[in-house]
Amino acid sequence: MDNKQYGEYVKSREKRSPIVKNCFNAFITGGTICLAGELLAFGYESAGASAEDAPLYVLLTLILLSGVFTGIGFYDKIAKFGGGGALVPITGFANAMAASATESRTEGLVNGTAVNLYRIAGPVIVFGTSASVIYGVIYYFFGG
Amino acid sequence: MRFLRAFLIGGALCVPAQILIDKTKLMNSRILTGYVVLGVILGGAGIYGAFADFAGSGAYVPLFGFGNTLAKGVKEAIDSDGAIGILTGGLTGAAAGITAATFLSVLWSLIFKSRQK
Amino acid sequence: MRDALLEFSKTFLKAECSTVGKKEYEGPLSDYFDSWEKDEYFGCRSFDEAESEMSRRNINFLLSKARYSYGDIDVICGGDLLNQCVATSFAASGTGIPYFGLYGACSTIAEAFICSALFIETGGAHNAVGFASSHFCSAERQYRFPLEYGSTRTPTAQNTVTGSGAYLFTSDRCGVRVKNALIGRIIDKEITDANNMGAAMAGAAADTVLRYRAASKDEMDSFDYIITGDLGREGHEIAAELLRRQGFTAGSRFVDCGMLIYDAEKQDVHSGGSGAGCMSSVLGAYFISRMRRGEIKRILAVGTGALLNPNSVLQKKTIPAVAHAVCFERED
Repeated sequence: MDNKQYGEYVKSREKRSPIVKNCFNAFITGGTICLAGELLAFGYESAGASAEDAPLYVLLTLILLSGVFTGIGFYDKIAKFGGGGALVPITGFANAMAASATESRTEGLVNGTAVNLYRIAGPVIVFGTSASVIYGVIYYFFGG
Repeated sequence: MRFLRAFLIGGALCVPAQILIDKTKLMNSRILTGYVVLGVILGGAGIYGAFADFAGSGAYVPLFGFGNTLAKGVKEAIDSDGAIGILTGGLTGAAAGITAATFLSVLWSLIFKSRQK
Repeated sequence: MRDALLEFSKTFLKAECSTVGKKEYEGPLSDYFDSWEKDEYFGCRSFDEAESEMSRRNINFLLSKARYSYGDIDVICGGDLLNQCVATSFAASGTGIPYFGLYGACSTIAEAFICSALFIETGGAHNAVGFASSHFCSAERQYRFPLEYGSTRTPTAQNTVTGSGAYLFTSDRCGVRVKNALIGRIIDKEITDANNMGAAMAGAAADTVLRYRAASKDEMDSFDYIITGDLGREGHEIAAELLRRQGFTAGSRFVDCGMLIYDAEKQDVHSGGSGAGCMSSVLGAYFISRMRRGEIKRILAVGTGALLNPNSVLQKKTIPAVAHAVCFERED
């Protein structure tokens, strides 16, 4: 058996992740987090926030809650069940930052926490801002 | 109705990520950057706004929303300040979210300790 | 020369000791381990310190079992998975014993066996300690993500064992002897998936077993067990298949420490256990102890190691693997 055949053999016998079940769990988890967001939005609007401002308050609240859930060791349990459903919402982004920050605390606040804070979430900001600059150039020269 | 829409659309937007996780062994960070860049494109193309009006938090809680915020910020900054808005707009739009997540993470690192489950 | 067995004539195993974490203690081998700790920090401030503390305790326990003190040991050699082998260095620091740091990923304990035996055979040591450790939390940091980060794993992934195993070798004749060993060569099956290390290591395990079989002139039937380190269910089945295709069927005598340490049904460990602490804690606790009770006579321990690092994975490099075989035999 050469290496190519070996690779194929290994692939062929790999147990597949139960994709339908995983997708269902992701759907439920992601949906629930967004539903929570919508309930919060409704709450903020009822309290007098404008429909324009409410989304920002919702996102900030979710970032806060995700951090607390991460700290008490609950968010990774949600993620274990929900997979992509816990990854894609803003809570997944906050979880990545909170988890990196907390675990690196042993190397100090500056060289541990601060250095590693964006270890996982960094690429999102790097590619997001870069894409927005490219969009800005296009928008500026060619109009919207 | 708005709650059901947020639930269904928010949930549905997470499914492609799960398919990528299971089918391609792509790392999480690659999937998330894909979502954000797509959000910038959709926001820039002007498709996102109408969609967000319909889906509410189902549209802006997933990371697409973060991309849209960046694109929207750039557009508004260019409209009001001209070319410099290309550079100032994105992070201005996303400032609250990024700052909150950063500051809170430092706070969490002072309060919490990592644990094995 | 290179395909011949290293024959040992005066290396004996006087005592062995294993200390594990909570999850390992909750597994099927809980009655066999010498000690365990429910605090993943082992009372320390960081996971790295915790791993050193675990090894330090375990070495002290080993010596107290044999009624030896640091002054009786001529050389200590061991390793772990952390950068530059720090967990081991801190564990051995303060003992005053001449020290050798080893790295062979999960095959480290087999390196430690062979190294200790060579010291004793050459007269360089009367008493030598070999040990290896890994810690789930420090390994996750080293190789993957922060603990609280919500990431998902594939069914072929393995769970790093929190455990440390230490072995006291001596030139004084006693219960179990180290008969011979075969140093493995690097086998690269061009597997790139770091979540399927079992498949990467299976080729090396099979290669070493087959070379051992050729060198030992077919003594394989006399082994009660041929024990691989941490192939996990996935890798172990692949290795068995590779061996079968080469005309060697070991059947139920062919076992894997990574499969034995956890309950695959009840504990969420995917393909099984892995890490330098896997074979080092299981071999002594489960197999050598049964040997001392007379239940088994001869075993072949095949320590397996996947030689990757986090950057080599990101650079899409293949995963080279190595396996070393050591034969233990009960003295009658």
